[in-house]
Amino acid sequence: MELIHTGKAGTLESSDVLISVKTHPENKIEIKLKSIVEKRFGRHIEKLVRDILDEMQVSSALVDVDDRSALDCVIRARLETALYRGAGVQTYHWEEL
Amino acid sequence: MANNAAGRDIPARIKGLPEIRPFEGAFKNTPLVRKQKGSRSLPRLNKIVDSIEQAVLKSGVQDGMTISFHHHLRNGDMVLNMVMDVIANLGLKDLTIASSSLTDAHTPLITHIKQGVVRRLICSGIRGELAEAVSHGVLDTPVLFHSHGGRARMIEAGELQIDVAFLAVPSCDVYGNANGYTGPSACGSLGYAKVDAVHAAKVVLITDNLVEYPNTPFSIHQDHVDLIVPVDQIGDPQGISAGSLRMTRNPRDILIAQYASHVIEHSGYMEDGFSIQTGSGSISLAVTQFLRDVMLRKNYTASFALGGVTGNIVTLHEEGLIKRILDVQSFDQEAIRSIAENRYHTEIDASYYANPHNKGCATNKINVVVLSAMEIDTDFNVNVLTGSDGVIRGASGGHSDTAIGSGISIVVAPLIRGRTATVVDRVDTIITPGETVDVLVTDHGVAVNPKRRDIYDRLKTKHLPLYSIEQLKQKAEKVTGVPEPVQFEDKIVGVVEYRDGTIIDVVYQVKD
Repeated sequence: MELIHTGKAGTLESSDVLISVKTHPENKIEIKLKSIVEKRFGRHIEKLVRDILDEMQVSSALVDVDDRSALDCVIRARLETALYRGAGVQTYHWEEL
Repeated sequence: MANNAAGRDIPARIKGLPEIRPFEGAFKNTPLVRKQKGSRSLPRLNKIVDSIEQAVLKSGVQDGMTISFHHHLRNGDMVLNMVMDVIANLGLKDLTIASSSLTDAHTPLITHIKQGVVRRLICSGIRGELAEAVSHGVLDTPVLFHSHGGRARMIEAGELQIDVAFLAVPSCDVYGNANGYTGPSACGSLGYAKVDAVHAAKVVLITDNLVEYPNTPFSIHQDHVDLIVPVDQIGDPQGISAGSLRMTRNPRDILIAQYASHVIEHSGYMEDGFSIQTGSGSISLAVTQFLRDVMLRKNYTASFALGGVTGNIVTLHEEGLIKRILDVQSFDQEAIRSIAENRYHTEIDASYYANPHNKGCATNKINVVVLSAMEIDTDFNVNVLTGSDGVIRGASGGHSDTAIGSGISIVVAPLIRGRTATVVDRVDTIITPGETVDVLVTDHGVAVNPKRRDIYDRLKTKHLPLYSIEQLKQKAEKVTGVPEPVQFEDKIVGVVEYRDGTIIDVVYQVKD
């Protein structure tokens, strides 16, 4: 999946996460994580984001994660949506999600 | 034989009595009295000084002393900062601040700590930026955290000796009779301040509402007061009390409150004439609301409600469902109104409330208490002081006092907040030992302390979602994942004193 513009999803409500993705100028993955639970779940969230990028076959992305203590399922939903938006994809393979 | 000042011959010694002190004149040994008779412009005598600076100087505050404050003005308090600014300007150093608690209003203390004006804090809890700073090691000496009952105990036992108490009072006369329920900065009960007023070596009252003598009914008595400072404003009413605490609409909180009221109803501790303390949290407020329904249905009345008082306790009192209220702290406008108006809404001091070593405190007479928790572990130990990141953000309060004193102590909390589990293997900081905590009620189930088999047996047929606390922990972990442990430095930034004066836990500096 290739990012053609900035894709955003989520909010800054408690228990949600705001994620924005765009293509990385140096063609790599870079994650900027801000989280209110960083001390307890920072590494876990970063790994989750990397895993999802891998699954979605994204190899160039600057990912901004502003986390307000979201659960994994929420982070996954927001990140996938942001990626779809960033890649301009409008058809979803629901059975694969 | 010697002539005394009244011209009588008094023997220097009289058998069976200690040494005789002959009368020296009516005014000689009576300091606080008008020195010449005749003036009818009353009141002549007063203890008023013009400024806080004069009060600081006259009360004799010196380097290294312990000065005290109370937190009845909560987030609206202006007095602690006013006094500390004056003290800093006078160049005083190394003071110990014993405030019954510290709130978001007290951020300016950080500067005084950094400049050496303040060396040590003794309090129930700390919040906001000051708490962050303490958790990051701004003080060389650890903070001493106490419960409300524990503070009264340490003061009465002489372990905490207050040199000067600076007490904000919402109304006061020229001779020092003060109460908390009249005036623009009314805060209700002055329960914590009353202890300081009695035991501090010097007592300074600060008020924005000077009233005619005598200011009855009074909470702080003229015979304990040295100096009075009138100021423009002692507090911001917005921060002093919540207007009125509204019933929550959060379905999760309502569910927890329903379970909790069901637990109380069938616990064996709710009967006609029972007594209760519920706090000011949204779940607690909802519990009170549900208990009202149970009381009406069963035709029960409560003999009394204790503690931090809120408007919905007042409503039940005025409906005749709660006969009496014992009030150490009034949380909202309704409670403040009620303590002024209602004959059987009685102000009590912190020692009467919860001092474990006096001859009988009110927490010992409570049947049911509903408590909160930031964290609770599988041994039922409760943390209400440090957050999931290890940073101080709460207060010990009356938690441990009521947990042990009550017949049944019920902790209400959501099982998960954000992605932080409430039930954990080991709480970061123990405030209340698990042996005094009886039931945990969450939105995902209810756990009874195995020590309380009697309660479990009464609840097991009552259609409650009963689990072991380990099962609740696993439920939480399944949703949140397993958190990494918080990293701490070696430096101790706080010690937690249990209500009896022993140390139950310590708080370490957080690592960044």
